[in-house]
Amino acid sequence: MSESNRAKQSPLISEAASERTQYPYVTGTSVVALKYKDGILMASDMGGSYGSTLRYKSVERIKPIGKHSLLGASGEISDFQEILRFLDELILYDNMWDDGNSLGPKEVHNYLTRVMYNRRNKFDPLWNSLILGGVKNGQKYLGMVSMIGVNFEDNHVATGFGNHLARPILRDEWHENLSFEDGVKLLEKCMRVLLYRDRSAVNKFQVAKITEEGVTISQPYSLKTFWGFSSFQNPTVGAEGSW
Amino acid sequence: MFRNQYDTDVTTWSPAGRLFQVEYAMEAVKQGSAAIGLRSKTHVVLACVNKANSELSSYQKKIFKVDDHIGVAIAGLTADGRVLSRYMRSECINYNYTYESPLPVGRLVVQLADKAQVCTQRSWKRPYGVGLLVAGLDESGAHLYYNCPSGNYFEYQAFAIGSRSQAAKTYLERRFENFKDSSREDLIKDALIATRESLQGEKLRSSICTIAVVGAEEPFHILDQETVQQLIDAFEIVAEEEGPASEPGAAADEGAAAEEGAGADQGSGAAPMDI
Repeated sequence: MSESNRAKQSPLISEAASERTQYPYVTGTSVVALKYKDGILMASDMGGSYGSTLRYKSVERIKPIGKHSLLGASGEISDFQEILRFLDELILYDNMWDDGNSLGPKEVHNYLTRVMYNRRNKFDPLWNSLILGGVKNGQKYLGMVSMIGVNFEDNHVATGFGNHLARPILRDEWHENLSFEDGVKLLEKCMRVLLYRDRSAVNKFQVAKITEEGVTISQPYSLKTFWGFSSFQNPTVGAEGSW
Repeated sequence: MFRNQYDTDVTTWSPAGRLFQVEYAMEAVKQGSAAIGLRSKTHVVLACVNKANSELSSYQKKIFKVDDHIGVAIAGLTADGRVLSRYMRSECINYNYTYESPLPVGRLVVQLADKAQVCTQRSWKRPYGVGLLVAGLDESGAHLYYNCPSGNYFEYQAFAIGSRSQAAKTYLERRFENFKDSSREDLIKDALIATRESLQGEKLRSSICTIAVVGAEEPFHILDQETVQQLIDAFEIVAEEEGPASEPGAAADEGAAAEEGAGADQGSGAAPMDI
């Protein structure tokens, strides 16, 4: 679909011109997700950065897919929207069969892997890291796909900075059969660290939950932060000279 | 069906609203040797009568594995059947590659039916001259479908196609209500008996029939000749003891081992083969 858009812009230039790697323009930062007792919990902030400017502050980066899945994305927001359109079509055709079969999270995850890997091979990647979580027939599924098509499944995943800041916390504190409250607390702990340390994070979050019953995405809310550390008062005391 | 001026072309309607070429293609299915399918809630069994060109040749392959969870038995032009099996295998593999999940049988069957329909509406094509009994399992359960050259498909509890299939169908019609809760062994036995019916007199031996099974925990596979012969021997012996197995109920009870619900519906519950 995006190829035809490019062709329309330059009908005189042959389509054999190589597509160079894109640069992301409006990006979302980390998404963190974990499996808990009843399903999957996923959290992300609602920021869309334009380079170093925190430009958009109400970007929903977690969306439900079909009956059984949740998709969270970091990276280029427009590519995320493109992916949502692909998946919309996929789910639509799946529903049109109307035959008692439906695409579960595992199938959607693999489909996305194929899409991402294919684009990477054409040197025209969708600049996203995706987290796909869901529950089907009691089976919980949580997987990740990167923009080059690397994919894997795990009990807890994160994208971007979340890999460096959130996953160590999850490795220590995640366990099977977390309750909903504990899961949310754990996610909030991760998001708080990211808020402190990731410069592209904004203090406006959504936490999404998917269980056998369905999807719930929370209203946006903020976390309490504490900046009253003594080293932040009068930071230059003890600094020598003007530099 | 007699020759008439509307039957040369598949794209010519007859005044009565019939496409004769398509109907002739369905006749080709009736000429092939019999293929039988039956299903329970958890298993599907396919059986077919082996036909060999001559005593010197081997018999034609009529049962194809399409994927671990789908198999097909054909009747009619075997060459057409082979081509369609290759198409089905290709579809299954492609779906699995994209979604890492087995292709639901119902969807494969619709794709197959649409493919057959195309051949009924192009002047440069001819309908496939083969009927397919598609057996498979997906998350909605065990399924048995019949795809015919007209592009129609139907779901069945049990069905038989090919020559002398009416005898098998009659047997299946008597017994099909029990199949849903049959055990795997009972289902295979019923398939063998139905096959025997369509042999009409000829002795049932493993060289003359092929049996394939697919189940929830059991990938589609063709049973080897030895196993089939043992199964035949098992119920043939008892059939001799109890006289001709005209009452199919008796034959079914034997190997039941009384675990599955098959016993209840006959009312007798006797299991002389219980060891």
